[in-house]
Amino acid sequence: MLEVKDLKVNYGAVQALDGISLTVKDGEIVSLIGANGAGKTTTLRTITGLEKASAGSIIFDGHDLRTTEPCKIVNLKLAHVPEGRHIFPEMTVEENLEMGAYADPSDTAGTMAKIYERFPRLRERRRQLAGTLSGGEQQMLAVGRALMSRPKMILMDEPSMGLSPLLVQEIFDIIQEVNRQGITILLVEQNAQMALSISHRAYVLETGHITIEGDAKALLKDERVKKAYLGQ
Amino acid sequence: MTKAIKWSYLLNLVGVAAVFAILSALFAFNGFGDSTTYVEGVCTTACYTIIMVASLNLVVGFMGEFSLGHAGFVSVGAYVSAITSSALAGKGLSDLALLLVAVLAGGIAAGIAGVLVGIPALRLRGDYLAIVTMAFAEIIRVVFCNLEITGGGRTMSGILRLSSFGRTFWIMVVCVTVMFLFVRSRFGRTVQAIREDYIAAEAAGINVTFYKVLTFAVSSFFAGIGGGVYAHYMTAMIPTNFDFNYSAELLSEVIIGGTGSLTGSIIGAAFLSALPELMRQFSKYRMLAYSVVLVLVMLFRPGGIFGRWEFSLTRLLHKLTRRKENAATADPTDGPAAPLAQKGE
Ligand SMILES: Nc1ncnc2c1ncn2[C@@H]1O[C@H](COP(=O)(O)OP(=O)(O)OP(=O)(O)O)[C@@H](O)[C@H]1O
Ligand SMILES: [Mg+2]
Repeated sequence: MLEVKDLKVNYGAVQALDGISLTVKDGEIVSLIGANGAGKTTTLRTITGLEKASAGSIIFDGHDLRTTEPCKIVNLKLAHVPEGRHIFPEMTVEENLEMGAYADPSDTAGTMAKIYERFPRLRERRRQLAGTLSGGEQQMLAVGRALMSRPKMILMDEPSMGLSPLLVQEIFDIIQEVNRQGITILLVEQNAQMALSISHRAYVLETGHITIEGDAKALLKDERVKKAYLGQ
Repeated sequence: MTKAIKWSYLLNLVGVAAVFAILSALFAFNGFGDSTTYVEGVCTTACYTIIMVASLNLVVGFMGEFSLGHAGFVSVGAYVSAITSSALAGKGLSDLALLLVAVLAGGIAAGIAGVLVGIPALRLRGDYLAIVTMAFAEIIRVVFCNLEITGGGRTMSGILRLSSFGRTFWIMVVCVTVMFLFVRSRFGRTVQAIREDYIAAEAAGINVTFYKVLTFAVSSFFAGIGGGVYAHYMTAMIPTNFDFNYSAELLSEVIIGGTGSLTGSIIGAAFLSALPELMRQFSKYRMLAYSVVLVLVMLFRPGGIFGRWEFSLTRLLHKLTRRKENAATADPTDGPAAPLAQKGE
């Protein structure tokens, strides 16, 4: 479904990605783990066209994303939940969700009803200004908003950042549930333990290079991964 | 359009017409005695200032970008419309048609200038727009000072006096209505999203640069309209009228009224253009008074007097009538959720 090949990105003189390749197959959860500054966010932002690659190719569902305008990428049914809680603080929860359907507003009401079913907490707060939601609720809203575009695949950048353990569990449950309904997921996480336990496959990114890749369950047992990312 | 919305438009139109009728009657029957003509002039000034201030608010309040050169776009509109009307004079157009064509030409020219300035300045994030607009206003002033057709640095005079109070008033009403609809539209909502969270807007598939440039062009267009009306009211102007002080004045009116509130722009512009006129003997202290008001507003109401609040005649009437009916039984469902529910429409 998504195939990234030899992708290179640089910010001025800083080589953030130095030729990475990864694939995500239909229906999978794939996680991308790595230390701070490894280039995880850069990878996702480059896939959705928000950063320009200097070399390599990105093919999603048969489309070349490097030549697709960033604002058209959502139309290809690829959604992005950016790092940090990016919601529209002065809009209500419902208006935030409506913005999620921006690219394709047909059947906004139907999609929203489904999302409220999945996130009853958002339904309760639908008239509340998003800026007054708790951190966890904001993160759910960000995920809900991505789902509003009825994507085939979602890129998620550290959805568990700054959440209490209980909420982390809840977010990961949601990710798995979303995946069970047929949405492919590329997940970037600091919480390697959790990410690997729900993923099918995983990649380890170190300063712009993919150093380890494989079956997520195998990576959980990998000595190098254990030492560097699982604190064991 | 639902029935309720239609009804509220009608109601607002009636309200505006009533204000117009009262003012016109006062002017027609010398309601202000000897100073009637003078007051009429002040009201006309207020009307075109409202167009300029409200249009600047589109950029500062709704898009959240800073512009320090709004007077530059006003001057493009003023000069282009003045040139247009003198070129078309005596070609059989009625005064009103001539004014409308000239003002529209000024608006379009200013809008095009807005696109040209906006594309390089708004592609980048950061406060580039403030600097670029300031530079633009300076450059355009120098250009107008050196072009023969704009008076070559001297006063350009003999512009037809086409902007009466009535015409200015209704042009203002149309402009403000269009800006209001713009802000409330899906388009306006998109611009609001960009202001609130750039990254989330990008992720939702919004073409951020496109919307910013277009909003800036709309703002410049209305600045040009304001300038066109100004030119045909003043009948004479010089490029130094549109210097940095003028931009700063417009900006302070936006900020005092409330960034993001068109109501604020209307009240702010009307009040601040009337105030110095009403105390003409102190006119030297005009900018001083501005600064004091500005500092006070910043201290006590950092969002401006009206913040983001908008006046709605419908809501007001609704409240008044309901208060009578429900004086005894307070409606529990009408808590803080109600204004939010109305916010969208
Ligand atoms: N806009 C930018 N300009 C310059 N350098 C940048 C920019 N964005 C990222 N970088 C650099 O690129 C490298 C990769 O950053 P990136 O944000 O992709 O890391 P990350 O793996 O997401 O880290 P974290 O886990 O902390 O979020 C870092 O060295 C960072 O400093
Ligand atoms: Mg990151």
